[in-house]
Amino acid sequence: MTLPLAMSALFAVFVTEPVSVAHYLVVGAILFTAGVACMATKRNALGVLMGIELVLNGANVNFVAFASPYLAADGARSLGLDGQVIALFVILLAAAEAAVALAITLNFYNNHATVDVDRADDLKG
Amino acid sequence: MMPTIPIAEGLAGSVLPLAAINFHTLFFLLFAAIACGAAVAVVAADNVVRMALYLVLSLAATAGLFFLAGAEFVGAMQLMIYVGGTLVLLVFGVMLTAQAPFVTMKSGGGDRLLAGFVGVALLGMLVLAGLSVPAWRQPASGTVPEPTATPLGMSLVGVRVDQPPAGQPEGAVRSGYLLPFEIVSVHLLVVLVGAAYLARAKRRKTPRAIEVAASVEPPEAVAEHAAIGRTSGAGSVLTGGSA
Amino acid sequence: MVDFLTSTIGLSGWLAWTLAATVSAVLILNVIAGGALVFIWAERKVSARIQDRLGPTRTGGRFGWLQSLADGIKLLAKEDLMPEGADGMLFRLAPYVSFCASFCAFIALPFAFDVVGQRLNVAVFFVVAVLGLEVFGVILAGYASASKWSLFGAMREAAQVVSYEVPLGMCVVVPVMLAGSMDMVTIAEKQAGWFWNWYVFHDPFTFVIFWVYVTCAVASVNRAPFDLAEAESELVAGFHTEYSGLRWSYFFMAEYGSMFLVSAMAAVLFLGGWNGPIPVATLLGFSDGTGDTAPYLIRLLGLANLVGKASLGVIIMMWIRWTLPRLRIDQVMTTCLKYCTPIAAVMFAGAMLWQIGLPGGLMPGAGRPGGEIREGWLEGPGGRAATPPAADETRDVAQVAP
Repeated sequence: MTLPLAMSALFAVFVTEPVSVAHYLVVGAILFTAGVACMATKRNALGVLMGIELVLNGANVNFVAFASPYLAADGARSLGLDGQVIALFVILLAAAEAAVALAITLNFYNNHATVDVDRADDLKG
Repeated sequence: MMPTIPIAEGLAGSVLPLAAINFHTLFFLLFAAIACGAAVAVVAADNVVRMALYLVLSLAATAGLFFLAGAEFVGAMQLMIYVGGTLVLLVFGVMLTAQAPFVTMKSGGGDRLLAGFVGVALLGMLVLAGLSVPAWRQPASGTVPEPTATPLGMSLVGVRVDQPPAGQPEGAVRSGYLLPFEIVSVHLLVVLVGAAYLARAKRRKTPRAIEVAASVEPPEAVAEHAAIGRTSGAGSVLTGGSA
Repeated sequence: MVDFLTSTIGLSGWLAWTLAATVSAVLILNVIAGGALVFIWAERKVSARIQDRLGPTRTGGRFGWLQSLADGIKLLAKEDLMPEGADGMLFRLAPYVSFCASFCAFIALPFAFDVVGQRLNVAVFFVVAVLGLEVFGVILAGYASASKWSLFGAMREAAQVVSYEVPLGMCVVVPVMLAGSMDMVTIAEKQAGWFWNWYVFHDPFTFVIFWVYVTCAVASVNRAPFDLAEAESELVAGFHTEYSGLRWSYFFMAEYGSMFLVSAMAAVLFLGGWNGPIPVATLLGFSDGTGDTAPYLIRLLGLANLVGKASLGVIIMMWIRWTLPRLRIDQVMTTCLKYCTPIAAVMFAGAMLWQIGLPGGLMPGAGRPGGEIREGWLEGPGGRAATPPAADETRDVAQVAP
């Protein structure tokens, strides 16, 4: 089981370093994984929507980390403005997609009186 | 005051490995802990209203992370649009559908175990990938001019005034973001109209879930009241949330 | 302050920063708490006079100065109730969420030149964004009270606040466009001089936008005539019905804090901020018109000026509350979507066209030229930026141990 040993060694080294891009990447990874787990395990449709928001947020953290002039080893190697603009557009599109997803959920609720995704099986079989 | 200063510094020196607190690291760890902890709590919680609260905490802490990384405009945008718009929308949806049997819905044990395995594997792969490039693990150094929001605003109008990142030729033409800006504006309008149409209240024949009040009020008035409340709530919230 | 602490007293870096942050936080907390105390007393007096009676006259002398203090002591001594079916954690959390949102917005509000918690480049955006977070406290309170009417009241109030953020944002963009920066210190600094430099008198479109801003701000903080949640508390139930004692007073402090905040924002954005109608300091020779060279006492005068303007705004809000009848929820939504938003959009377009067509203003030499430089590095040293950004505002990143 060298993989978890290697991972824990990397982590131990990682925590004592000053803040760099890698720190933000780890935070983004945790948010992304939590979002994926949320999408996979929740029966409430709104819970799935929350998972989607977490996933998009994790990606945004990555973009902003690469775009930051403060975290790069020398400030000129960062993505700069492009990363921030991409993060901006991700936020906008996530808001739009959340609105549509919520409208679909409300429509489903109006018709079936439930938001349980396991009950959305009218097209099954 | 004089005798207490060495004591305070001595305490700090004994507690922390560094000689002085680097506030950037401290606040990064604080915000990262809140963001990750709240994200895990979203997965772990059963009550959908508490899940929404933890999500608000997580996204607000992420906005703090954005501020620490120097992306002030994106951080303020995250607070206003994501937390203040999208999550309010989400919480409205939660309230509108949070009848008692739906507030806590648990999935099967097998599903959760499988999701746990996949999650851990994915997390391991992402973390290893993130820690693998040495250039990303070097801390920042030197002085950087304080960023303002003007280059970002100018780029959204199509004019790039920022310095090009290293590695690109000096005279390279860099495109502005006017076209995506216009596309996103029309996109938001389309989403506004579509979501308002999709979520419109329809006249119901039977009352939905307010059975207790149905015995007191006539059913049509209850359904109409619920429909008007939903229309005004959903319609106006969608206006505020998508803009 | 940090430089003073490190160089003069000799504290190390981290202690100096901690002390400076603590002092700023305590000052802002006192502004909110002390302001709430004064405004509650003022509300009772103003409402009394409008209703042809006297108001508090016994506690603490002829004018009832200590009435707010007595109210506070009474609230502290009340029993701490929680309804049986309520969600405990959310019920306890809701007042603090509201209060934190109101408090955080004060971080970016300047009280005089560079007398600000944190001078943000996106200050206006930040304040409007954080004000929109106050609605979470309302929703949580309404849900956690385990009462259907409480929930409906909270939903209506949340819908109102969220809807009015749209015209509020559009109103706030006009002074940002006129000043060229979202930094509130810069926006107020651009209005230095006589009162015709204020943005409210800049062009007729901005004048109308100011009144639309007042309407949207009053609606945004849920004051009359837009106070359905409080109205329902008289008739049926509002979101803070189940709250008593200290928890309720947190909601109250959040509301008065937000009232003071939107009034101060109106003063900074439209009414010249800390610059008085008559530039007393410049006329007397104490400063040469720019904030960054003003001595400390002149800045204190500016602070008093701003607090006076904001308090005047709060008192006008109280005046409106006790004069106008309450609006229904559909009237509130109609006002927002059919009146405020289109008017704000048209006035924004008008202000923009005015800037393009008449950049120098109507009176030659009275206003500032429209093409003045806001960010010094963009167009060269022609204009008067508040501080030249290239030299002073580099942030030293090398604080980590190598």
